[in-house]
Amino acid sequence: MWWRSASFILDRQQEQNTNLPPNPESLLLSSPPPSMADSLQNPKPDISAYYQTRAAHHAVVTSDWLAQAQAAVSVQTNDDVSSGSDGRVAPTCGGTGGDNKTFSVIDEFNSWRKQPDLAEAVAAIRALAAVIRASQATTMMELEIELKKASDSLKAWDATSISLTAGCDLFMRYVTRTSALEYEDFNSARYRLIERAEKFGEISYKARRIIAMLSQDFIFDGCTILVHGFSRVVLEVLKTAAQNKKHFRVFCTEGRPDRTGLRLSNELAKLDVPVKLLIDSAVAYTMDEVDMVLVGADGVVESGGIINMMGTYQIALVSHSMNKPVYVAAESYKFARLYPLDQKDMGPALRTIDFGVPIPSKVEVEKSARDYTPPQYLTLLFTDLGVLTPSVVSDELIQLYL
Amino acid sequence: MDPRRTARTVSGPKVRQVGFFTPAPPERSISDPPRFQDPIQPPSPSPTQVNDHSPSGNSLSPVMIPPAHHHSDNFLRTALQVTSPTKAFSYSAKTVTIPPENEDVASSFSPGRKVFSAKSPSSFPGVKASSVPASELTTVSVVNLPPGISEKAGGASVEVQNDRPVSAKTLKEKTSKAERRALQEAQRAAKAAAKAEGTKASSAASKVVTSANTKPSKAAKSSSQKNDGSQVAASEKKGGDRAPEKDRKKDAPHPRMQYDDKSRVEKAKKRAVVKQTEARNRVELFRHLPQYEHGTQLPDLETKFFELDPMHPAVYKVGLQYLSGDIRGGNARCIAMFQAFKEAIKDYSTPPEKTLIRDLAARISSYVSFLIECRPLSISMGNAIKFLKNRIAKLPLALSESEAKSTLMLDIDRFINEKIILSEKVIVKHAVTKIQDGDVLLTYGASSVVEMILLHAHELGKHFHVVVVDSRPKLEGQLLLRRLVRKGLSCTHTHVNAVSCIMQDVTRVFLGASSVLSNGTVYSRVGTACVAMVAHAFRVPVLVCCEAYKFHERVQLDSICFNELGNPDAISKVQGREEINYLDGLVNQENLQLLNLIYDATPSDYVSMIITDYGMIPPTSVPVIVREYRRDHLWS
Repeated sequence: MWWRSASFILDRQQEQNTNLPPNPESLLLSSPPPSMADSLQNPKPDISAYYQTRAAHHAVVTSDWLAQAQAAVSVQTNDDVSSGSDGRVAPTCGGTGGDNKTFSVIDEFNSWRKQPDLAEAVAAIRALAAVIRASQATTMMELEIELKKASDSLKAWDATSISLTAGCDLFMRYVTRTSALEYEDFNSARYRLIERAEKFGEISYKARRIIAMLSQDFIFDGCTILVHGFSRVVLEVLKTAAQNKKHFRVFCTEGRPDRTGLRLSNELAKLDVPVKLLIDSAVAYTMDEVDMVLVGADGVVESGGIINMMGTYQIALVSHSMNKPVYVAAESYKFARLYPLDQKDMGPALRTIDFGVPIPSKVEVEKSARDYTPPQYLTLLFTDLGVLTPSVVSDELIQLYL
Repeated sequence: MDPRRTARTVSGPKVRQVGFFTPAPPERSISDPPRFQDPIQPPSPSPTQVNDHSPSGNSLSPVMIPPAHHHSDNFLRTALQVTSPTKAFSYSAKTVTIPPENEDVASSFSPGRKVFSAKSPSSFPGVKASSVPASELTTVSVVNLPPGISEKAGGASVEVQNDRPVSAKTLKEKTSKAERRALQEAQRAAKAAAKAEGTKASSAASKVVTSANTKPSKAAKSSSQKNDGSQVAASEKKGGDRAPEKDRKKDAPHPRMQYDDKSRVEKAKKRAVVKQTEARNRVELFRHLPQYEHGTQLPDLETKFFELDPMHPAVYKVGLQYLSGDIRGGNARCIAMFQAFKEAIKDYSTPPEKTLIRDLAARISSYVSFLIECRPLSISMGNAIKFLKNRIAKLPLALSESEAKSTLMLDIDRFINEKIILSEKVIVKHAVTKIQDGDVLLTYGASSVVEMILLHAHELGKHFHVVVVDSRPKLEGQLLLRRLVRKGLSCTHTHVNAVSCIMQDVTRVFLGASSVLSNGTVYSRVGTACVAMVAHAFRVPVLVCCEAYKFHERVQLDSICFNELGNPDAISKVQGREEINYLDGLVNQENLQLLNLIYDATPSDYVSMIITDYGMIPPTSVPVIVREYRRDHLWS
């Protein structure tokens, strides 16, 4: 059982990654052309791809360098697909058929990702489903290996994104774990896999709606909700509440440095919801008026805590000390088999911070984009599996993965 | 079974104080020493008087733990009742003092203790003997003797009472005619009461006993005191409670024997192979646990080696190793037990006219009870035994003997490999990811898994520092330290008293566990809770490493209900340090109780993570593992 667990897989993958550089073959393959993964991962070396994705999706001002980078990357991928990505990403894909050479799971993923409303994990799930569809494999084992490679390459594409990793893992678990597969011939089994993959994609896609419906019970007339960061689930929840003619007001934090709060307040103003913008440091000042805190999550970890945009932890601490409930809206594909013990116990997602004035080089800047909120500061999690207490997360994860 | 208490009951009127003396009874009753209460109550009503306290002690449910002061309270009340009517110090003047003889009595009849204990299985120790009051007259009072000796004498005097003829003999020499007559009457009354109690007790449930006990007390109402009635009522009520409880007990036998349940203990004793001598001063709060004198049974057992027919030598050997402490640690004990069982199964042949499944299961049960006598089972062993018994029960009937034996042996091997050895490796794999360069890791005691983790992390080339915290009396941490230092790890060794000083430098705490209970409570070597609590206070993450086969579905909130008591001598003496002898000669003192707990329970609040073979889980997820995997993997 254990060797299939995600944390174990993660560990092994990490080991492999650390072992990768000395391996001459992979060096040979990836180093001569600027390999696709490399170029994608660091157009700017100190910014993680995770953050770029977020910036592209959520930032009010989409910086043009990102657009340029995107363009450059897509050109490069087309160039590299035959040489770089196939060698590194999906060798079986490239090896099996000539027409398949052009198919790359990353391309597929990126094309899905361009849809603004589609979550990263759902994009990954759809890309993986496309892998099955495009696969030339003739045996189940081959297909499974292919799928595994594709999901590994997706995960390696952006190791800092928790929902991407979790989405890939969950897809693998959900799709390949059917006992029915063993008794059928390959083609029907493959068909069944595609069916399941599409179903899973559909479920993930609908998750946001389900969460919005479930959380309506918690939003009452006249309440004040403090929101941190821009989360599409949270927006959906608030939108649904507004549509249900609930009277509530929202406090939005500014969300420095990418000003995600500004964007959320714009969206809410369009819905005629009374909104107040706060600077990030005014959370404790306004907490008296707040009835509940509602945040999204980048990832929900096994302890039941969440990893979310920087600042969530301190908001949770403040609200905990003032006895205000903290609700988290998160889709179940964000459940990850991670278990950070403290803030520094996970790979940091870095970002640039614009202070408006030049910072002397001697001054160090904390660049981490997210923090970990332990479960004891969270009240409830709104997920598409239901409204859960933090401790149930581990229960669900154990049932999913073991 | 508590000499201390009996002694007190009796010693009250016996010891006279000459010289400075305050006659105010309430004061005396408040201040503890009852032995300074000299007045003697009229003998005839007193047996019942004393007796009517016995039900209240008697009907204490074995599961309930009496608060420590309960009995002494009770006793004080008794003393008060007894003294207040007379309030005369008539006897104080004509004290007959023969201290040396008294000592003799004490020494000569100390073996009588056993008889005494055996005679009164049902009654509660505190106030059990119905003949107690007589002793006031038999024993000679001691003038200004040091408390220790007088207590001893008191204890002895009770024993004397149980051996009637002897006591009568000693009596003749010392007592006047009137006193003898009074004593005879008392004895008669006591006998009658005892008879009533005995017959009723044997015939029916304890409720009847209670009523039987209350009857004579009513008869003796003339001297009984104001709170007597309330006590009777209380005892009756308790008696009433007890009957359904007994029924319930029959339905679901308790997983572990409660050692303050006399009748069960007696029954168990009859069956026992290992004759453990019980500790002299049993600790009040832990009466429900076996408290034995350590280190006495080994030679005796070794001589029995060839006499014991049903015990397999391998099992016998393992049992002796448990007893002497050669094998310790949850995994080691479990593996040793299974290896022994494997041997036993290998040599097993079904007796004629018996089926393998039943006979082997019974055989295993007898082995297990032998092992329990040597040392109480750990929870891991309990789980392993459940597994084995389940496998035996599920053997197909059609299987031939040799096939059945080989499947069982394979099962045992599989259990050892998969549940213990392999899962240790998996835990190591997981735990190593939580060790980073520059970490300072703290561990307490010697856990085999933690040792493997540290060594593996060292092999991977991680740079970290280890703090091994240790505690008396076992000092197991030094063993671990030795192995770590040999491998070249940089270590600090300290004792548990210094844990709060060293904790601020620590980044992770790794702990082993004897078991993890389903509310997330970690049941581990005593001191673990303390370390975890300090770590929690310093906001250092506490990682508990425990194989999933040690999980148990029980819920435990404290470390009192289930625990194991070690050798009390171990804490009173320091090995190799002869000059530390402050407790010499005090160990057998009645008012000194030495408590050497083996385990404690760490609340789940202090545990950040449990690393198990199913991955890293929060303590709240233990019941999930128990629910999801016990059934599939362990039980079938």
